[in-house]
Amino acid sequence: MTWVKKLGGITLYGLQGMGRMGLFLAHTFFCAVTPPLKFSWIIKQIWFIGYQSTLVIILTGAFSGMVLGLQGFHTLNRFGSTALLGPMVALSLIKELGPVLSALMVTGRAGSAMTAEIGIMRTTEQIDAMELMGINPFRYLIVPKLIAGIIALPLLTAIFDVVGIFGGYFVGGKLLGVGEGTYFGEMANYVKIKDVLEGIYKSLSFGVIITWVCCYKGYSSGFGAEGVSKATTQAVVLSSVLILSWDYIMTSLLF
Amino acid sequence: MIRIENIYKSFNGFEVLKGISFQVEKGEILALIGGSGNGKSVILKHIVGLMKPDQGHVFIDGKDIGLLKGNDLEEIRGRIGFLFQNGALFTSFTVYDNVAFPLREKTKTSEKEIRERVLKELDQVGLAGAENKYPAELSGGMIKRTAFARALVIKPEVMLFDEPTTGLDPIIAHTILDLIKSLHEHLGFTAIIVSHELSRVFQIAHRVAMLHEGRIWTVGTPEEILSSKDPVVRQFISGVTGGSLKLY
Repeated sequence: MTWVKKLGGITLYGLQGMGRMGLFLAHTFFCAVTPPLKFSWIIKQIWFIGYQSTLVIILTGAFSGMVLGLQGFHTLNRFGSTALLGPMVALSLIKELGPVLSALMVTGRAGSAMTAEIGIMRTTEQIDAMELMGINPFRYLIVPKLIAGIIALPLLTAIFDVVGIFGGYFVGGKLLGVGEGTYFGEMANYVKIKDVLEGIYKSLSFGVIITWVCCYKGYSSGFGAEGVSKATTQAVVLSSVLILSWDYIMTSLLF
Repeated sequence: MIRIENIYKSFNGFEVLKGISFQVEKGEILALIGGSGNGKSVILKHIVGLMKPDQGHVFIDGKDIGLLKGNDLEEIRGRIGFLFQNGALFTSFTVYDNVAFPLREKTKTSEKEIRERVLKELDQVGLAGAENKYPAELSGGMIKRTAFARALVIKPEVMLFDEPTTGLDPIIAHTILDLIKSLHEHLGFTAIIVSHELSRVFQIAHRVAMLHEGRIWTVGTPEEILSSKDPVVRQFISGVTGGSLKLY
């Protein structure tokens, strides 16, 4: 019976955690749709999550596109259809790799920093100090990050897609000889607005997942350096797993 | 002004407070002393509603803080200044912005008036000229004084000091306690001071409450405490090891 007890305990603990996370998100959305909104704090977060992630997004986008161009060319060459390299690279990036890889990069760069920042504020009683001033910490610390995530992720994903498509063209077109007209012309034939929207919807939802999980983990982190480091690790792992599993659910829903 | 009635609080099955009751009158300074880990800071956090008791009540001006929510809780908190052990300054703000923050966010005060009030408070705590520094550039004493200025800028009726002198050298520690005394004379707030700086705290407090084994062991004027024959009180005041006091 001990293992049944243990299993029950673990299940209850997991359900409690999910409940707390759900309430955290609900409270964040409530604060996001009721005044006052702190615009200067939102701008600062867009700069941090969006602008400061641009370089890493450009680099990963370029290399993802280049490897797609390389792999795609050799695979399509077996079937004599290298003319379809452009659509293959573009659809792979726009529908899947762009949103997912951008989200994973933002989780690593900005999400972990969000958790650490909020966790340190919690452990050094800065959040308590805010509450004692009668100031709702959600409006200053969580809502700006959520809104910034929702704005920045689709923009970063768009940059990733564009850079990736040109990366694919550099390898497929310039190095392996697929014509410019073929590469971009076929792309225009096969890539529909529905595909672009699918990528945008995904990146929007990933923006919510990253800020939600990372802020929650920071806000509920344990005390001391160990508590913050544990929360940061959990935030990155949980965000990444949720991004990949939510990606599957969205793909199956949007197809 | 502050009345605490029979508070119990446990953390992970460990009972820290076991039926605490005391009260503080308007304008009074009460020193809360006792060994480390005895729950002195926990009591302060109950007074401002940052922690809820497992049992018992905290009343401020007759209002049960545990039952207050939303604007009512904000209104009470707006009358209380809290000096945290480590200052709890916002590390991404300058000294000036830290002190100005509650005024900017909770009042409709003009930026000109905010500037006047912030500079006045900083001058009052001896930090004139430090307004553009960040917390990382400040010494321990300066951090406590900035936090004190931030607490004072809202003109609180109650001030709660959680170990305001911990980690400071004896001279700075005395300066901080002297500052509390002179500002209390000037502003007349009600105060609770948690401190281990016994000799100086005994000079500025009207009454002293000693916490031991989760209960208020004794309450009295500083003279009464100093002349107490109770072995626990005597041991704590003299700082001798090996008696009935448990160390955490």
